[in-house]
Amino acid sequence: MTLRATVAELVREFRASGRIVIVGASLAGLRAAETLREEGFTGSLTIIGDEPYEPYDRPPLSKQVLKGWVPADHTKLPRMREVDADWRLGVAATGLDRATKQVRLANGELVPYDRLLIATGTRARQWPNPAEAALHGVHTIRSRDDAAQLQKELAEPPSRVLVIGAGFIGSEVASVCRELDIPVTVVERGAAPLVGALGGVIGEIAAQLQCDHGVDLRCGLGVSSLEGDPGGHVRRAHLSDGSTVDADVVVASLGSIRNVEWLEGSGLAAGFWGVGCDAGGRAFDINGVVTDSIYVAGDVARAPHVLYEYQFLAMEHWDNAVLGAEAAAHNMVNLEPHYRPHLLLPGFWSGQFGVNIKSVGVPPFGDEIVFTQGSVAERRFAAAYGRRGRIVAAVTFDHGKWLEYYGKLIEQSGPFPPPPPGWDQPPDMKPMPAEFPDPRVPTAIPDVVLTGHAPSERTAEFRPRRH
Amino acid sequence: MVEETPWQQALRYANRANPYPFYEELRKTPVARQPDGTYVVSTYREIVTLLHDPRVSSDPRKCPVLGTARTEGSVQPAAEPIREALTEPNIITCDPPEHDRDRRTMMPHFVGPPHAPHLISDLEPEIRRLVDGLLDGMRGKNRIDAVDDFAYPLPVTVICKVLGVPLEDEPRFHHWIETALDALDFGPEAASEEIRSRLAGGRQAVQDFGQFAAELLDRYADQPGPGMLSALVNEDGPEGRMSKGVLASNALLLIFAGHETTVNLIAHSVLTLLRHPDALEKLRRRPELIVPGVEELLRFESSVQFWHTRSALEDIDIAGTMIPKGAPIFLAYGSANRDPERFTDPDALDLERRDNQHLGFSQGIHFCFGAPLARLEVQVAVGEFVRRVENPRLVEDPPPYRHNQIFRGPRHVLVDIDGIRD
Ligand SMILES: Cc1cc2nc3c(=O)[nH]c(=O)nc-3n(C[C@H](O)[C@H](O)[C@H](O)COP(=O)(O)OP(=O)(O)OC[C@H]3O[C@@H](n4cnc5c(N)ncnc54)[C@H](O)[C@@H]3O)c2cc1C
Repeated sequence: MTLRATVAELVREFRASGRIVIVGASLAGLRAAETLREEGFTGSLTIIGDEPYEPYDRPPLSKQVLKGWVPADHTKLPRMREVDADWRLGVAATGLDRATKQVRLANGELVPYDRLLIATGTRARQWPNPAEAALHGVHTIRSRDDAAQLQKELAEPPSRVLVIGAGFIGSEVASVCRELDIPVTVVERGAAPLVGALGGVIGEIAAQLQCDHGVDLRCGLGVSSLEGDPGGHVRRAHLSDGSTVDADVVVASLGSIRNVEWLEGSGLAAGFWGVGCDAGGRAFDINGVVTDSIYVAGDVARAPHVLYEYQFLAMEHWDNAVLGAEAAAHNMVNLEPHYRPHLLLPGFWSGQFGVNIKSVGVPPFGDEIVFTQGSVAERRFAAAYGRRGRIVAAVTFDHGKWLEYYGKLIEQSGPFPPPPPGWDQPPDMKPMPAEFPDPRVPTAIPDVVLTGHAPSERTAEFRPRRH
Repeated sequence: MVEETPWQQALRYANRANPYPFYEELRKTPVARQPDGTYVVSTYREIVTLLHDPRVSSDPRKCPVLGTARTEGSVQPAAEPIREALTEPNIITCDPPEHDRDRRTMMPHFVGPPHAPHLISDLEPEIRRLVDGLLDGMRGKNRIDAVDDFAYPLPVTVICKVLGVPLEDEPRFHHWIETALDALDFGPEAASEEIRSRLAGGRQAVQDFGQFAAELLDRYADQPGPGMLSALVNEDGPEGRMSKGVLASNALLLIFAGHETTVNLIAHSVLTLLRHPDALEKLRRRPELIVPGVEELLRFESSVQFWHTRSALEDIDIAGTMIPKGAPIFLAYGSANRDPERFTDPDALDLERRDNQHLGFSQGIHFCFGAPLARLEVQVAVGEFVRRVENPRLVEDPPPYRHNQIFRGPRHVLVDIDGIRD
């Protein structure tokens, strides 16, 4: 038998009877499982999730669910095909032993694998003071239960809601409150809403949008403490300028934390920004060496991106979870040269204050912005972001149908400013600074991050010099 | 004689029943310059790119060759009585911001969730009744015409109801539409004596039709009635009201598109299923396949084979060709939907085809306004046809085709049947 035949035989055998474990039973985990079956994997498949629920969809949580349109338990993700898996729900993975190829569960069980997919996503960053965070009426939104509880309280309705942090989720919550006619105050440490993700120029428009809809928006300020009543219910917030806001519901939307703690000691390149992997989803170990049996997908993954100077990108986007999972799953049951890269142009959508906001590419990678179509005054427009004469991202307000055009330009590293459209040109098409905050300034963390090298993360084992 | 290009051959009447071999040839040059200066785009990828390119205009007034301002003796890519007779633009012949504003104004009266999310789905019982009535009417017959007896009456009745156009007027505008379409030719035969002689009649028909629409709108202005047209005349949208001329032009568009395309799609669906007995049998056994099935039928025999009002506002570099500023661009949807680069085994009919994002309704900002209604009508009509008609057999293949190339469809589809089930 030739070597090639042996390898082919091994792949066949693995597909037929290998053991694959997926940790994280949400969007990325489910789509990966489906893809594995689609690709002809008939071996054993175990899916471990710490939430008690079958995989459900998160984007509706801060939109339709809060409005009361859709009950939180009606957000189950549609199944694209039978996955025939051993579902281990309601139990967390607590450790990974790469030497024996086992995942440790919170109940002490050990689950062996031949190949492992890490899809543990992120969790909401909690209000930093634990006592204050424990007050009734203080929320974060990441899970079904979070959204259900908050929706219930919004339906009462509260006399005022305080939203801390005006990133996408905070802004969506504020928008829902206004739609429900609930007074809402938004406190944002940065100069404007969405500033981390879209920069100050767009942030200014988002701020106008909020004010027009009656949001009490306070930027450049922080919340220093929350105050409860004797019953343990939140009633008031103290802001960094000494002022106070009376509110009986507080939503902390302070960005997210990657669920990597369970990987501690595994020797994988896992840290604050997620688990490092190559463009095919294969995890790196702490020395930057690619592993053969461990893969990563979704919010928890960070991989180098060709379009963005091979910087490591972490993308907290729905599309990224789906497509990253599909690519990783494909690679898990194939061999070189049939690996598939996950080279997605990041894309995001959000609905707030009646406007559909979409972006493509990585806006914070750019330093200039130019309006290319539509009208800022009417809040229907497209704008492009550039860096050193190249287009790197675009954003649209109620103009999403044009995003594909900008996506193509970005893929081709087209010029910035991009070629002007023949019609519907905004009056002022001059590029201007996009006004992203200095990345060192603490502010709402954008949901695509350039996770460049952090020296404090350097845990590689340096080889001793031999004479 | 100069040899004809694949596109010219595809447009010849003799090839109407089967333009696909010529499309195949055409796709070898994704963006093909024609002798008259038109650029024909035939591959999926390139069409989608241009549909999303803001340098591509849909407004013929902005194209020196297509526009009404063209000079006598200049290159004419096609004889187009409809556009020439219409003075005001409609949503399909204008660009943003006008396009966006007018479409936004019309949308809530048609299918605009969240404004009227049930408007279309609430029509289903009525559509079922109509389809049932048509099939009941075939009882006792051994031979039917799937066009005249089935495909035509349904969409006409439905669009009249949705828009609020009196059904009694149907014979009049049916005649105008036929006359206009018969005078419309984009192929080498446009120069023929026959088509030239029809041109004047076509223009007149569109003018008469426009007159009819204007009068109808006036009547509704005096006395509001049911349907979308009356609502548009009488109710202010968030951005005000549309001018009467623009509204009349759009009314014309909707009546036109609302039945031509659907008639052809139903007729083609029946024809296609009769040509593919396996698929027909599968659909009979698994009626739930009607939803993906209709998408496949839309891909397989696109109702709108190409669209012809677009032009380049700048030089556009695409697929190795430069479309110069001012050039007319024809997007050949019918060809893109059979592009093997996009669809595996594109000439096979697969009612369960996955990843079937066809261009049967186009894409981008001009995505078919009536798509939700068309889908529902065709799903009900074809589903019931398959379920109720006993042992249908095609009498003549290929059937005779209508003249028009854009709204390509058979004039008659004769079918022998054993009976009608309950
Ligand atoms: C409120 C909200 C609104 C959003 N809106 C949008 C939007 O409009 N557009 C958009 O593009 N994206 C949006 N997103 C982002 C999108 O939902 C995420 O990108 C997507 O859910 C990522 O999927 P994932 O599977 O990688 O991670 P997750 O969905 O976070 O899933 C990870 C799963 O792993 C579980 N887990 C974690 N640790 C362990 C462990 N140790 N053991 C077992 N299980 C574990 C978690 O509990 C979770 O169930 C939104 C997110 C939220 C929360």
